[in-house]
Amino acid sequence: MDFFNELLVPGSIIVAQILAVVVPVLISVAFLVYAERKVLALIQLRRGPNIVGPFGILQSFADALKLLTKENIIPSGSNKIVFIIAPIITMVLSLAGWAVIPFAPGWVVSDINVGIMYLFAVSSLGVYGVIMAGWASNSQYPFLGALRSAAQMVSYEVSIGLVIITVLLCVGSLNLSKIVLAQQTVWFAIPLLPMFVIFFISALAETNRLPFDLPEDESTLVAGFFTEYSSASFVLFFLGEYASMILMSSMTVILFLGGWLPPFDIYPLNAIPGVIWFTVKVIFILFLFIWVRGTLPRYRYDQLMRLGWKVFLPFSLFWVVVTSGFLVYFDLLPN
Amino acid sequence: MVIYSLTFYLFSSVAVLSALMVISAKNPVHSVLFLILSFVNASGLFVLLGAEFLAMILVVVYVGAVAVLFLFVVMMLDINFVKLREGFLQYLPFGALLGIVLVVELGILFLTDRSSNIYNNQTPLQPIVNEVENTKMIGQILYTEYFYLFQICGIILLVAMIGSITLTLRDKGGVKRQNIDSQNTVDASTAIEKKKVKIGEGI
Repeated sequence: MDFFNELLVPGSIIVAQILAVVVPVLISVAFLVYAERKVLALIQLRRGPNIVGPFGILQSFADALKLLTKENIIPSGSNKIVFIIAPIITMVLSLAGWAVIPFAPGWVVSDINVGIMYLFAVSSLGVYGVIMAGWASNSQYPFLGALRSAAQMVSYEVSIGLVIITVLLCVGSLNLSKIVLAQQTVWFAIPLLPMFVIFFISALAETNRLPFDLPEDESTLVAGFFTEYSSASFVLFFLGEYASMILMSSMTVILFLGGWLPPFDIYPLNAIPGVIWFTVKVIFILFLFIWVRGTLPRYRYDQLMRLGWKVFLPFSLFWVVVTSGFLVYFDLLPN
Repeated sequence: MVIYSLTFYLFSSVAVLSALMVISAKNPVHSVLFLILSFVNASGLFVLLGAEFLAMILVVVYVGAVAVLFLFVVMMLDINFVKLREGFLQYLPFGALLGIVLVVELGILFLTDRSSNIYNNQTPLQPIVNEVENTKMIGQILYTEYFYLFQICGIILLVAMIGSITLTLRDKGGVKRQNIDSQNTVDASTAIEKKKVKIGEGI
């Protein structure tokens, strides 16, 4: 009985909570891939996937099934254990961040005090999947992709960190629910608009999305760090990339667009449940991700580094000073 | 509490085993990866102690930045495994001496009477249950009591940063660089020059 009360019950509650978050995330990844292909098709005046299911809506599931039934090829020259672990790490890290995301008041698996630091830590670990894959493949193109991504992700993390600090100055807490509640009067996207823009662009670089997808870079590196991957391990990279895209979008929504809060606290708007507002905002940010992909050409590597270190870093550092100076001068610092 | 002890034993055993693998793995890249695993598990132990801010800082700074660059450098090295083995016996006495000194020091620390040392007012290693978040507590003590030490740390880091930049920054000359500002200010009148070309002569 002791065993039952102390281990089995809390254990199964934890597992149920994890499944309640992970399963919707994975399903939304499938629909995000479909949405991306549809939106890109619309931008390029094509029809996009339209055969599998009504309007081609089951296309991603068909692709996943096709990939999973293929043979998983492990190159003979590769470092086998690291080669297999790399996609698993990418996938696990992109799901681990969801533990602290508040979808609505109280709808959070683990409401820890340092939520935003945890998210920052998890997103900064994402680089390991890429580096390990590139190194373990023992092949030139993946290795070049890995080297690029190591430098790129570390560079943009610096400005992401400074942007987070400006938000924290206005909130006075690292807890994600408190960050959302601090935006009841006004969303931080309005007073901190430049930081919102920098955060969004850095999020593109952090998730290796266009115009900063140099680690994959089809036109010069074949497929970048996952050139040698096939079948299930490729699926894991693919799922990981899109899940971390949704994670970064939710992070943007929580930091700048008021999380689950409606735009105005008036009747018809605040009657809609918070989780719906949260989802709508995340979908909006994801649409921006896809829109940018359909519109902009890829950056050259030196331009990418220049943007990160010479434009974003000084500007966000300057804005941290401005924000803290403003808050101290007008005595607006939260306790 | 069963889950708590299970996670403690999981984190600590993986941390110790991976620390052992850091020094015994044949491939240096594997060593770095085990070092990272050890860091992550140490941060898990910090979380169990209730020091969640320290845990996250450990992951962000050491795992997310320092170890990435470390891994980056180790991967770029052209390592000759045979040569790596050669020096083993030569360095063994010195390494063993260092190890013995560390073990003896740790042993002395264990055997001494704890009540007489400078930390006797604190009960060691217990989660502090408090209304104030420990991030706030660190801030309150860091910027008041340890203000000068904190500033000195900052200056040391600044000096190290400037030093490493001066060591690596050299102007080789002949490197073509893109000047974004001058490119952005280009318009038709400055970029295009019209010339009358004489037939049979060229420019």
